[in-house]
Amino acid sequence: MAEIIVVTSGKGGVGKTTTSASIATGFARLGKRVVVIDFDIGLRNLDLIMGCERRVVYDFVNVIQGDCNLKQALIKDKRFDNLSILAASQTRDKDALTDAGVEKVLNDLKADFDIILCDSPAGIERGAHLAMYFADRAIVVVNPEVSSVRDSDRVIGLMASKSRKAEQGSRIQEHLLLTRYAPDRVERGEMLSVKDVEDILGLKVIGVIPESPDVLQASNQGTPVILEDASEAGMAYDDAVRRILGETVPYRFMEPKKKGFFQRLFGA
Amino acid sequence: MGLLDFFKARPKSTAHLAKERLTILVSQERSSRNAPDYLPLLRKELLEVIRKYVNVDTDAVTVNVQKDGSHELLELSVTLPER
Repeated sequence: MAEIIVVTSGKGGVGKTTTSASIATGFARLGKRVVVIDFDIGLRNLDLIMGCERRVVYDFVNVIQGDCNLKQALIKDKRFDNLSILAASQTRDKDALTDAGVEKVLNDLKADFDIILCDSPAGIERGAHLAMYFADRAIVVVNPEVSSVRDSDRVIGLMASKSRKAEQGSRIQEHLLLTRYAPDRVERGEMLSVKDVEDILGLKVIGVIPESPDVLQASNQGTPVILEDASEAGMAYDDAVRRILGETVPYRFMEPKKKGFFQRLFGA
Repeated sequence: MGLLDFFKARPKSTAHLAKERLTILVSQERSSRNAPDYLPLLRKELLEVIRKYVNVDTDAVTVNVQKDGSHELLELSVTLPER
């Protein structure tokens, strides 16, 4: 039975699409059959981060409106043939996404995939609502920063009340994924720590991704950062993927880098 | 922490402030989230009634719903102005 996982955050720019691309790729690398869907209607971007922007012919809205069948719209990843992408439409009509349409697409995908990953748009409007509504699990992407933490709590609250799981009397299983984490700034008291964020939100993290220039570089090339073997951010994503699949993986990259004697002396 | 920083006066860490502010905000927002929809309107109308008799501030009326086991408790509190 396929599992539906939503990647959401409330706030924009915290790394939902980066996370969706990397986690989907990570699942696929471990042999799962994965489809990742961009729910950001009007602002398609997952295709660009995944590096398949020139192969988009049909999109999510085309499938819902019956312009093509589902198979025609799925883009196979060049690196893993067990990974597919369903691009968002560039239409400005946000109502193009219907409840029944989304439900049907998700149900049809369940037959062929183990994991259906929904990349939510920012905000709490229709696209974000539909991305989370059918989910079994949620990855809440949060930056150690006040507005992101507050918005995450809002989204967590919405999932607890306005999702299919909630309506059935159960709940979406939620995980926090902390991104853009800078251990040296945490140590200097300039940034909320992992524990601070966990305490405030009352949820445990399933991954901590260090702030890294590799994320921008990977996106420049259209390669999910998880595939950059030497990248700490990539390795941290792989750890998170394994934890989501139930493995116990120790946390890395959460301590400040050791400084040399002179650096310490002069606080450089 | 460098030698130079040692001589600077150190204010309370900003991360600590962020945590304090968020803890308060999140708990407030959570309690209002689970509250019935009619609370804001109830509060507004109560305030109007009270203001017919006493000149109180707009934030003088607080309305809270608390769950206590199987029953819910509606708590009203009105702060009267000092004489």
